[in-house]
Amino acid sequence: MAAHVRVFLCKPGLDGHDRGVLIVGQALRDAGMEVIYSGLKQTPDNLVEAAIQEDVDVLGLSILSGAHMALIPRITSLLREREAEDMVVIAGGVIPAVDAEVLIRDHGVARVFGPGTDTHDIVDYIHERLGI
Amino acid sequence: MSEASELYQRLLAGDRRAAARLISMVEDGEEGAREALEELHKHSGRAHIVGLTGSGGSGKSTLACRLAQEYRARGKTVGIVCVDPTSPFTGGALLGDRVRMQELSGDPEVFIRSMGSRGALGGLAVAINDVINILDAFGKDYIIVETVGAGQVEIEVVKYAHTCIVVTMPGAGDEIQAIKAGILEIGDVFVVNKADRDGAMRTLADLEMMVETKPGGVGAWKPTVVATVALEGDGVEALVAEIARHYDFLKESGTLTRKIVGRMKAEVLAILSLQVSEAAGRALEDGGVASSLVDRMVERDIDPHGAAAELARELDL
Ligand SMILES: Nc1nc2c(ncn2[C@@H]2O[C@H](COP(=O)(O)OP(=O)(O)O)[C@@H](O)[C@H]2O)c(=O)[nH]1
Ligand SMILES: [Mg+2]
Repeated sequence: MAAHVRVFLCKPGLDGHDRGVLIVGQALRDAGMEVIYSGLKQTPDNLVEAAIQEDVDVLGLSILSGAHMALIPRITSLLREREAEDMVVIAGGVIPAVDAEVLIRDHGVARVFGPGTDTHDIVDYIHERLGI
Repeated sequence: MSEASELYQRLLAGDRRAAARLISMVEDGEEGAREALEELHKHSGRAHIVGLTGSGGSGKSTLACRLAQEYRARGKTVGIVCVDPTSPFTGGALLGDRVRMQELSGDPEVFIRSMGSRGALGGLAVAINDVINILDAFGKDYIIVETVGAGQVEIEVVKYAHTCIVVTMPGAGDEIQAIKAGILEIGDVFVVNKADRDGAMRTLADLEMMVETKPGGVGAWKPTVVATVALEGDGVEALVAEIARHYDFLKESGTLTRKIVGRMKAEVLAILSLQVSEAAGRALEDGGVASSLVDRMVERDIDPHGAAAELARELDL
């Protein structure tokens, strides 16, 4: 059995919209990845624990509530605390470019995908980044 | 120190990340996991393995969550393995069982792992068994294995659980037929979930009738039917009590030893069949040591049975 790419798609925080994240989930699955979905309204602690138990390669965070600058740094610092910073963190939703820059520069986020991103770009990025 | 020996030491010390890593190695069929599994085997054999099967949407994940909560309330630890179908075309899978288990997610004593049913040639059976054994050595008191009640391998795996729970729901008339046709034999406890829905009494009565007329010798376990509303937690205590009653029966009747032996034999066979099919597959490939057998079959010089016999000699089985 070959190694599979495992992705954990999460909805941290309080927004209740999961259409976008589910569309991404289907695209990743169709590209041959194993996609684990968290469900809505996850706390940073809970989703980091789940990501570790699932031993995923990629943690995908979908945030539309505007709370990304509070949630994402908390999540990546928890990953560092658990020595799991090798997990590739990507984010999507409505995240302004200035915030994306800070998240990537200072908070260990690998890539931020804006609204209207072609799902193929996400697939390609993950393959390229993981080299599988 | 090799990666595997470092992993099992950390795992035995309670490191959840190490357990998770080792599970991935097992799922990917990495040779390196062998060494760790060998060590861990000495530490396993304590958990009560509970299989949970039934068609998609019957409420297995919701029920697994409630069972785990009930066990946690009694101070027990729980491992949950959720197996969902992998697409045979793309190899991808959407694993959504955690959505129904959110209430467990803050609890570090509950270890949940989602698995795609990847792994042709029997790799799935080997992987699930290994994952169960890892969680057992990790010290989980109960290991709940959720599988959709389709697929030979999935059925095999729950069959060899100590206690096998078959979940159905009202209005699933076809499903009752399906149970009759295949999984009536393997169920130790039957659940009619979604008992809040119309037709629950009817389904309960139908199932009770089937279970009562299920053939079984003197002193055999008499399966029972439990009604639950997993969403609300109704009936979960009764289900936990039935699971415990079944485990007591297994121990007192000596059936537990037979089950354990049965599962171990099945494990060995699964591992060996996987190795044989992999080796044979490689040998038959273009350029493989036995690829000429394929040419001879095409020329009608040898039939598949003859080719299999020659291949077995060639591989020194
Ligand atoms: N009405 C009702 N719905 C339930 C009950 N248990 C689960 N569900 C719902 O049934 C759907 C499928 O449940 P899930 O646990 O994912 O089923 P699985 O596919 O067998 O694992 C979900 O929407 C649950 O909320 C119940 O007892 N009553
Ligand atoms: Mg499920």
